[in-house]
Amino acid sequence: MANKKVSKDQMVEMYKEMYLIRKYEERIYYLFLEGTMPGSIHQSHGQEASAVGMLYGLRDSDYMASTHRPAGHDLAKGVSLKSMMCEMFGKANGCCKGKGGAMHTGDIKVGAIPANAIVGGNIPIAAGIGLALKMQKKDDVVVCFFGDGASNEGSFHEGINGAAIWDLPVIFVCENNLYGASTPYRTVSKVQNIADRASSYGIEGYSVDGNDVLAVHEIATYAVNKARNGLGPTLIELKTYRIPGHSRSDACAYRNKDEEKQWFAKDPITSFRKTLMDLGVKEEDIISLENKIDEEIEEAVEFAIASPDPLPEDALNDVY
Amino acid sequence: MSETTIVEALNQAIAEEMRRDESVYCLGEDISSLDGGYGGAWAVTKGLGEEFGAERIINTPISEILISGVAVGSAMVGMRPIADLQYGDFIFCMMDQLVNQAAKMKYMSGGTVEIPMVLRAPVGASTRGAQHAQSLEAFFTHVPGLKVICPSNAYDAKGLLKQAIRDNSPVICFEHKKLYGGKRKEEGALSPSSVIPDEDYVIEFGKAAVRREGEDITIVANLLMLHRAMEAAEILSKEGISCEVIDPRTLLPFDFETVFESIKKTSRLMIVHEDNYTNGWGSELSAKVAEEAIYYLDAPIKRVASYDVPIPFSPVMENYVIPNVDRIVEGARNLMQS
Repeated sequence: MANKKVSKDQMVEMYKEMYLIRKYEERIYYLFLEGTMPGSIHQSHGQEASAVGMLYGLRDSDYMASTHRPAGHDLAKGVSLKSMMCEMFGKANGCCKGKGGAMHTGDIKVGAIPANAIVGGNIPIAAGIGLALKMQKKDDVVVCFFGDGASNEGSFHEGINGAAIWDLPVIFVCENNLYGASTPYRTVSKVQNIADRASSYGIEGYSVDGNDVLAVHEIATYAVNKARNGLGPTLIELKTYRIPGHSRSDACAYRNKDEEKQWFAKDPITSFRKTLMDLGVKEEDIISLENKIDEEIEEAVEFAIASPDPLPEDALNDVY
Repeated sequence: MSETTIVEALNQAIAEEMRRDESVYCLGEDISSLDGGYGGAWAVTKGLGEEFGAERIINTPISEILISGVAVGSAMVGMRPIADLQYGDFIFCMMDQLVNQAAKMKYMSGGTVEIPMVLRAPVGASTRGAQHAQSLEAFFTHVPGLKVICPSNAYDAKGLLKQAIRDNSPVICFEHKKLYGGKRKEEGALSPSSVIPDEDYVIEFGKAAVRREGEDITIVANLLMLHRAMEAAEILSKEGISCEVIDPRTLLPFDFETVFESIKKTSRLMIVHEDNYTNGWGSELSAKVAEEAIYYLDAPIKRVASYDVPIPFSPVMENYVIPNVDRIVEGARNLMQS
């Protein structure tokens, strides 16, 4: 497998993106606890390596299709932090003008199509984008994220089969965080490696440690190059773990504490931070960039709170 | 100018739009005739595979979620897909993609994403039993973000489908199996051909057509029922009952104004559709008239529709369930007496 060397500077950039996602999600969580933010949340902290490893280095013209847990993917694809935060508050200048909310963030200008809150709903859509790119003779690609739960939807079967038979430039990324809401994946499929399902569509499938950003990026680089060269889709399974519950009210009573402990010990942020230091990046430099991101997030929160609400009657626009 | 059937008109509309705009393409089961396929279940795409190739007339697996999802995804990034269903009833396999995805995507994205796709779906009973028979219009006229059209003749079929392809919203085009015309004759089928001009034209959505002018009763009917209503109107005219017959042509948007104008004159309204009675599109029209135009009426609104049962197979029962000319005539006579 092609292992394109990732430079130290690039690793620092990747770390910044991962740290941004972590702190964004943590900040959102507290805003919810305070009661200042409306709606519900499905958070992605713990899965930062998957988002950044897959999307780092992609072009704005490459597409990304996310799920009800989109924040990490969107930030890693380049959706602006402020427009995301404004959307979380339902503000007029949110990335969806307040009409989408937490589960539909995105910005097609940077290739992030509106996130999809129907489990598996984005899989055939990603195939459609891939078909369009092929018909338009472009060498852009589509990265389509979904969870382990989506692998039991009919849309998974139909969408991946379609992309396979037409050799579409789509990278299907299953973030297997072991639970579909509260239901353990081991109880809903006889096939424990979701990547194994690739063989039933005649395409390549890989299971990778989803908490290791460099391992994720290595397989991403391979699959993206393959897709750019017209060699069709790949199914990548990233084994990972979400730190929070499925949604805002989920205290994870169904998760075994030993299991949590084991996974939290493999936190993608702390382990990658250590990797950087082992490579000689000074901790003070890391702290300085972390502080800068913390400030950016606070600025975004203040900006969002100060931003105008949409007019109620704006609800009647954008239907047709 | 030439005499053209609906199936030919639809074929022309697709071919002309594909020649005009390379982002237009078709996908569906058996729609090509290269490496499998036979030009679609109703031959609407016959010959298009040969002209445009397998890249633009795409035979798909039997995967309605794929067909609809690919249409949504490709439309999002600059293509104008025309998805084909063999039978409208299969549309329920793609409900998520139509209702949650296609219809809501522009709205959820704050207007930044558009889904210019067309789905063509044959409807109507034709002795094939309950899963190849339904009239589906009302399921979709309920959904903000979709547009619903239902051409009843060849001229409209071409103009409405062309408009649908150029429209930036998702459009569902319901076509009636017994109106396609051409060689493939279904029992009781009609062939509402039209003289179609050589030059390009489109028909704006939300403009009903008055198919027959009259003084006593306004009949609003679509697809096959429009033709049966016209036949009924002819019979009724011999009894001295003068019917104005309106073809809504598009159901979402719906041209309520033309109906209101008509009932101002006639004071009586009958609605005829093949969709079943309860909550068919006639229910919404009735409610709208009740809200905004009730004082024009001298009699209660009359609805003639299929009975509230799945469509049975036996021709004897099918003919009983679907409104026929006699039922429409009878409905009109009763309406004149009320």
